[in-house]
Formats: sequence, structure tokens, C-alpha cells
Amino acid sequence: MRKKRIATVSLAGCFGCHMSLLDIDERLIDLMEIAEFDRSPLNDLKKFTRRCDIGLIEGGCANEENVHVLQEFRRNCDIIVAVGQCAIMGGLPVMRNAIMHSEDPLRECLEEAYTNPKVLNPENLIPNDPALPLILDRVYTCADVVKVDYQIPGCPPSADVFWAALNALIRGETPQLDWAMIKFD
Amino acid sequence: MTSRKARIVEIEPVTRVEGHGKVTVHLDENNNVSEARLHIVEFRGFERFIQGRLLWEVPVIVQRLCGICPVSHHLAAAKAMDQIVGVDQLTPTAEKMRRLMHYGQIMQSNVLHFFHLSSPDLLFGFDAKAGKRNIFEVIKQFPELARQGVMMRKFGQEVIQYTAGKKVHGTGAIPGGINKNLSLAERDSLLKNVDQMIEWSQGAVEIARNYTLNHPQLVNEFANFRSSHMSLVREDGAMDLYHGNLRAIDADGALIFDQVDYQHFDDYLMEEVRPWSYMKFPFIKSRGHLDGWYRVGPLARLNTVSFIDTPLAQKAFEEFRAFGQGKPVGASLAYHWARMIEVLHCVEKIRQLLHDPDLQGEDLCLRGERREEGIAVIEAPRGSLFHHYKVNEHDQVTYCNLIVSTTHNNSAMNRAVTEVAQKYLSGQNKITEGMLNHIEVAVRAYDPCLSCATHAL
Ligand code: SF4
Repeated sequence: MRKKRIATVSLAGCFGCHMSLLDIDERLIDLMEIAEFDRSPLNDLKKFTRRCDIGLIEGGCANEENVHVLQEFRRNCDIIVAVGQCAIMGGLPVMRNAIMHSEDPLRECLEEAYTNPKVLNPENLIPNDPALPLILDRVYTCADVVKVDYQIPGCPPSADVFWAALNALIRGETPQLDWAMIKFD
Repeated sequence: MTSRKARIVEIEPVTRVEGHGKVTVHLDENNNVSEARLHIVEFRGFERFIQGRLLWEVPVIVQRLCGICPVSHHLAAAKAMDQIVGVDQLTPTAEKMRRLMHYGQIMQSNVLHFFHLSSPDLLFGFDAKAGKRNIFEVIKQFPELARQGVMMRKFGQEVIQYTAGKKVHGTGAIPGGINKNLSLAERDSLLKNVDQMIEWSQGAVEIARNYTLNHPQLVNEFANFRSSHMSLVREDGAMDLYHGNLRAIDADGALIFDQVDYQHFDDYLMEEVRPWSYMKFPFIKSRGHLDGWYRVGPLARLNTVSFIDTPLAQKAFEEFRAFGQGKPVGASLAYHWARMIEVLHCVEKIRQLLHDPDLQGEDLCLRGERREEGIAVIEAPRGSLFHHYKVNEHDQVTYCNLIVSTTHNNSAMNRAVTEVAQKYLSGQNKITEGMLNHIEVAVRAYDPCLSCATHAL
């Protein structure tokens, strides 16, 4: 049987979901027997080299780049899994959507960071170079942007959850997680 | 040589680093590199949207800035909130539990960086095939080494789990103290493995040292430059990763400032905004915004501290300093060696702490007279991390300013990518993937946490 191909990406997330995946520790070595990684920040494949079976998405979408990458994952992966609170519900970055009494939360966030009196910024610049992707008006979840096949909750999902879910998906089954494994923090 | 129009080559995304960044290399008509830039491409708005949240929530929320070094943010926020709840000195149990958590954190983060992310460059070469440069290939070709890396990280993560309750994003530290002590079962399970960890850490120091010493030309020519350095040090000048005062030295090792109480950091440091990156550019005020940049993190710490208070790491430290021949070490690639010496130091500290009965103490948390403002600095794996908050009488945050470790290294990383791009790309007709990886190797040496840099903004 050919090894299943997994791709991973971190969009608007903290990388903690990737860390938790690495927390499978020595089981990583077993995983290599049945799967291989294509595009992922853990290796140097910056583009898809082939069609993948499983795409793990950490984080939601906070800028246009995130949207493009997520769409690319959808096009190149048979199964898309939204991993962790950020991908599923927006997580910490989504807090910027909910600033109370604000007409323009994004602007307030930018001004707080860049045009406060404590920084050296004589022209009151807000970074805007063409090299920087456009920030979205609000933070979107993965399911807002593409069709998502599975969601694995947790912030991050524990290594055991990753292990159980990946094994099921690699076998072509629907992950069945014991209720005690499903945590939302 | 064919000449063409001035152009920009992109490396996007930078891989085997934590978070999202990209590099642009600016080439002129003659294919010479005029500049290379590391861009932080995302923005969160944390300093604004944390306003209005309650003080006890902050240590739990703020660590979601970063999944590699959550403990650093968790502890820095808790230290700042200690001041707000009026606690200047924690109970011995609380302080030692937090230290244990912190040493576990630095150990796992440094190990992750060295083994999981950077070792492929060092083992296979900077221009090895892209498909081979990853931990999975290391597992295939160097199974024993890879296993040690995996098991060392696991140990560090277990220390975090036993002190914070969870491997990633725990809840152990609370304003004024800690919410659990170390059970005897937890202690014993760590004690079982700690001697093995010391041995493997010594092995890791040796690998990193030998790499530095056996590649003198590479280390000397690859992003090796003069700079100032800054870190916390203890009152007697010793390395102290959890608490201390600020010390900065110049490229010759002379003091710029020393034993500065970080409550006054605003008098010494400032950040500059530049339009092409969301990450700001900090500098030492007295030196001005052009010359005031400096480095932080393992290399800087080994350059600034006077000694290390654990014997094995102290020996390694002496050898490292001898390599600098009396001057601060400037080579970016020497970060790896410094990073492994810190792993050894942390494991020695963990072993000492595990034998300390205070960890089973019952006095976990204190309260004092309420204040409005809290500032904390901690030495995170990647360097000095600053948290500054103001809280109103309803317990709500009204102000937040974070300067994360990676941000301090912003100028240094940009200098490193520019130097390496000029050396390896300038004048080349064809730019290969391997050449571009040289630039990423320079970025990786700093172990940047781009997701901290992104979120903290
Ligand atoms: S879900 Fe939690 S661990 Fe995962 S990226 Fe978001 S904040 Fe980090």
C-alpha cells in the first residue's frame, strides 16, 4: 500500500497545533512508516509536489494570503481537517472582530501598535509595503472560506487526539474520538 | 553575465521556523544584491483587543500568541500581574514551580529548534536537496540522534505538563503564585530520566561545538558581524533566565548599561516603525535608532553574563568564551552552540529543583496591596521578553505593550539575510534553491518566533 500523503499549514494560528502534533514524540517514527509529509512548515516543501490525501489546517484566515493558501490546500487535498480552535472558530485572532463600541476594529488595532507616542514613527506610518499581504476586515474561520471535511477541537488538540485521528484517516475511516479526549481548551 | 532589470526574488514562506515570514532579495541590473529583507507578514492587534479583559485571564490568553514558547508568555504575564496584585516576592514553592516550568520550556524549545528544525542544514549541508532537508530524513539517516532529540523534547514537555497542567497552553501560573505543586509521583517520573537528559545534553553541546570549531571558515564568513548584546543577568552577573536586571554590552564587550531595573526599560529602549514589516525595530536610546540595534537570545546571553551557576554548563561556557578570544562572539552560526549550552544549564537546574522539597510545599499564592501597573521581563528561549500592562479598579486591562524576543533581533536578522544574500547570491546568473536556503539558514540561526512577532503586534 502506498504511504498516505499529509500536508500541513499554519494560517492565523500560533503554531501550537503543530507543536502538539510533534508531541506524538516517538510515535513520529511509526507515523513515517505509513505516511509521508508533503507541503509543510516542518520541511522545505513550499509548494505541493503531488496531490495529498490529508490536509491539516491550523489557524483561520486573517489576511488575503491565508485565504489563497487555504484554497490551494482545498484544491490539492482529498480531505481537509480544520485542527484546533483557531481553524474552527477563529481562536485568539478572532478577538479582534469583537472589540466593543468600535466602528473600525482593525484600524484601532493598527493605531494601537504603530502610532502610539512610545514608538519612533515621525510620519505616523502604518506598515503598507507591497510585500505585505492585505489584512482582511475581519478574521474568518476555515469553514467560512472552503468546505471542511473534519474538525478536531482543542487548543491545541492533544497529541493523543492527533494520533487517533490521523490513524483513522490514514486507514480511510472516520475518526471516532472517545469523549474524554475531546477538550476545548 | 546577462544583465536584466532590477528585480526582487522572494522566499515564501520561510520554512522550518515557527510562524509566518518571507524574505525578499532586492537585485539590481547587474544581479547584485542591494538589500535583503525579512518581513513579518501578519498582524493580529493583540495590544488593542486584550483591553477590557480581566487580569486573571491574561496569562492564559496571552500564551496563545505562541505555541512554541507559550510558557514564556504565560510566565511574563503572570510576573507582571504579580505586581498588580501587590506581590513582590512569591512563596518559595510558587517561585520554584515557575522556574521549573521555565527551564522545561527553554529546554524543549531549544531542542526542538536544534534537532527538529535546524539539524538537517547542519547534517546534510545548506544546499542539500530540498526534499531531504527535514526531521523525517534525519530520522531515516541518523535514527539514534533523532531519537535523542525527540526524547529530550518530550522530557521538557513533561516538565511543563507537570507544572502547568498541559504540554501546550497550560494554566499553572496565576497572579500572585501558582495553582499546583509537584506531586511525588510527578517528581519521581522526571527523576527517573533526568540523568539520561544530562548525558544527552552534553552530547548535543559537543555536536554544536564541533560543528562551530570544524567549520572555521564558514562560521567566520557566514553572517558574522559586530553588534551590541542584551539580556537579563542576576545581581552577581550570573545567567538567570527567570529573573534579573538588564545588561547590555557593545561589540567589544564594554558595558552600555548594567543592572538596570526593568521597571525603567522605557528610559533605555525604544522601537522604530518601518513600512515594510509589521515587526518593529527596537534600539538602545542612548545610541540612536541607526546604531542602537542589538542582539538577544542564547548567543547574546552567553556574551553578556559573567558566569553560569551550574558546573557542567559553566565549563562549556568557558570554552565558548575562549572561542571569542576575549570579545563577544559575533557569528550567527554560533547561536546553535550557545543554545545547546543553555539546554545543559536548564537540565542541571531541573535536576537541582527536583531534589528540592519546596516543590511539594502547600503555600502557593499570595495577595498584597493592589497596584495599577505591572512590568515584567523574562529570558525566553529566543531572548528578553517584555510585558507591560495597566489594569483598572474593575480588574480590566486598559493598556498593554509587548516587546517579544524575536522583535529585538529584527535588525540583526535583516543584517544577517543581507550579508548572506550578498555573499552567496550577488553576481550569480542563476539563483538556485540551495542558495536561497543559505538565507533561510541565516534566519533559522536566530530561531525566530515569527508567530510571537505577529501576534504581539
Ligand atoms: S488552536 Fe490554540 S494551539 Fe492551535 S493554533 Fe490556535 S491558539 Fe494555537
